[in-house]
Amino acid sequence: MEKIAVSSEGPDMDARVDPRFGRAAGFIIIDPDTMAFEYVDNGSSQVMAQGAGIQAAEIVAATGARVLLTGFVGPKAFQALNAAGITIGQNVDNLTVREAVQRFQAGDVPVADAPNSRGHRS
Amino acid sequence: MREILILSGKGGTGKTSLTAAFAHLASGLIICDLDVDAPDLHLILQPEKLETEHFLSGHEAIIRPDDCERCGQCADACRYDAIQGEDPPVINPLKCEGCKLCVEICPAKAIDFELNHCGDWYRSTSRFGPMVHAQLFPAEENSGRLVALLRQQARAMAEAKGLDLILSDGPPGIGCPVISALSGTDLAIIVTEPTVSGRHDLERVLELCKHFKIPAGVIINKCDLNQEQAEGIEAYCEKHQLSFIGKLPHLTAFTEAMIRGLTITEFSSNGVRESIKTIWDNILKLAAPKPVLDRAADD
Amino acid sequence: MIVAVASGKGGTGKTTVSASLASVWPSPVVAVDLDVEEPNLHLFMNPDISAQDPSYIEIPEIDDEKCTRCRACTDICQFKAIGIFGEVVMTFPEMCHGCGACWTICPEKAITPGKRELGQILSGRSGPSAFVMGRLRVGEAMSPPLMRDVKRHLNSGNGYADRDIIIDAPPGVSCPAINAVMDADVIVLVTEPTPFGLYDLALAQQAFAPLGKPMGVVINRADIGTRDVYDHCQKTGLTILAEIPYQRDIAEAYAKGQIIAAAVPSMRALFETLVGQIKTLHGQPSMAREVKHA
Repeated sequence: MEKIAVSSEGPDMDARVDPRFGRAAGFIIIDPDTMAFEYVDNGSSQVMAQGAGIQAAEIVAATGARVLLTGFVGPKAFQALNAAGITIGQNVDNLTVREAVQRFQAGDVPVADAPNSRGHRS
Repeated sequence: MREILILSGKGGTGKTSLTAAFAHLASGLIICDLDVDAPDLHLILQPEKLETEHFLSGHEAIIRPDDCERCGQCADACRYDAIQGEDPPVINPLKCEGCKLCVEICPAKAIDFELNHCGDWYRSTSRFGPMVHAQLFPAEENSGRLVALLRQQARAMAEAKGLDLILSDGPPGIGCPVISALSGTDLAIIVTEPTVSGRHDLERVLELCKHFKIPAGVIINKCDLNQEQAEGIEAYCEKHQLSFIGKLPHLTAFTEAMIRGLTITEFSSNGVRESIKTIWDNILKLAAPKPVLDRAADD
Repeated sequence: MIVAVASGKGGTGKTTVSASLASVWPSPVVAVDLDVEEPNLHLFMNPDISAQDPSYIEIPEIDDEKCTRCRACTDICQFKAIGIFGEVVMTFPEMCHGCGACWTICPEKAITPGKRELGQILSGRSGPSAFVMGRLRVGEAMSPPLMRDVKRHLNSGNGYADRDIIIDAPPGVSCPAINAVMDADVIVLVTEPTPFGLYDLALAQQAFAPLGKPMGVVINRADIGTRDVYDHCQKTGLTILAEIPYQRDIAEAYAKGQIIAAAVPSMRALFETLVGQIKTLHGQPSMAREVKHA
């Protein structure tokens, strides 16, 4: 199955989903077949003057993930993720990374067709 | 949680004085000054700073004269004419946009690229509640990001304290910082005055609200300055289906209250207080959560 | 001589002072509105606009065929106006600051400059004076590049040479305001004697001092507040060039879009004196640097 990226506040499966996509602390990239995972830091996007969402989308695209689970995605990042062919599951904040993945696998995370954050130019 | 932003387009219409009065009349709110360039709200609210944080944003290129080979390529490439002089060339920080082109193309690798400390921001407490504000250092880039950061902090603080209203004093103009203050806010209130400038700037800021699909309401301050203009603005609001929230006459009490570090509602007679209270109640009505359908259409 | 009329706080009367100066200046001037976000000078000077030119910023256009996805452009771009997502290259035109780094460094020469409209430059005449204004497109965030373009227009030999220039600057003390006053010979700061006016005047002074230009102050609504602004000017060596009283007839003339030096009899003499004061200030060495850390 295709790899899943989850915006995360910490480096393991029990960390909370970071509700902010662009300025997330990092991303956990999971192979759903084996549940093996790796952590990719997003610190460089957090301090950017502008375009954090775009940079975060580049980072996720570079991991080869085809699915992204997160809280809020702004319009530019949404456009970028779409162009990269990454499916977006929004509004999975208030869960751990593990719970978010389980919920996605159970088919309980609807795929977004529009950004759910109007963005704050950040 | 609702975010109410007070704007004016044109400066000097009484935006900050009214924001301070609303902060006095409201309860359970976070107060936020988003005019990070020339902030004035603290002069009335006199907040006590609890925490000060550095605001770092963007980079500034700096030439190391000892390593520079005087080849002039940086000055030729810079589109901001920021590189001045030849022996050695010096980068004018007021003109440098922080684009990194010179750093990248310098054959001697003689240009450093340093993170810029361009202001401070504060978590404070005031007599009307918690306050988030900032001061950009003079002559720094007027960063929309500092505005975005303050809003993010205000929201986090509201959530942590279980408060559900954020009242923000906005920057003048319609450019970068205003766009940052406006995007995604729940309601914009525009304080205007019945002058040709007030009217002109009102129309531009309302166009901006429309562009970002933010509901807007209008207050006319100093409405007795020019009856005809005032009526014109009211008619404009009606024609464009904008909420007209209220008007106030020219009151010298605004200045007198400001001098004493008070809001006009703390300083003035019952009459003035009542009319500002009515305006605030109208704003709250307008800011009440919208039906779900509306929201979905917005996002 | 280039005179920039500026202020930290908005609404102190910059435009009133600019328009009045233009109307009493002894020779025809070029009146320039550099408050491109909310330009107002034309409302008072009622110019006949004879030209309206769009202003553009250069932004990248990428040739997808030539691009090898080497990432050099997206790595250098400080504004994230270019992104590479897997194999997909995208530009985000509204993020671009027009620095040209991407097309300068692209090893494949796959990027060429395209353009985005920032706004417009309008020019014309108002009586004997020439008039130029920039007007930012609503929704456009970046005013400094439009301001630079207006200044280029002034230097492009449109018959403006030999004339004194009066610039109506935007409020505030950050990049747009600095951009507006940077090339001036004299900076006139307009303020009012209130706590807001004082605080923002001090900010403007700090912001503009490193430019090393002579600066003076016009106090508007001179009798509404306290003496604090006067004390501050004296302490920091800022010359008070003029005091405009608070009078109902001035406020009403302003509300109607009239130039107060023309509409209110006592104001003509006041502004003529101000012109003399500005010319004297122009001849003086700057004391601005001394107040840098005031």
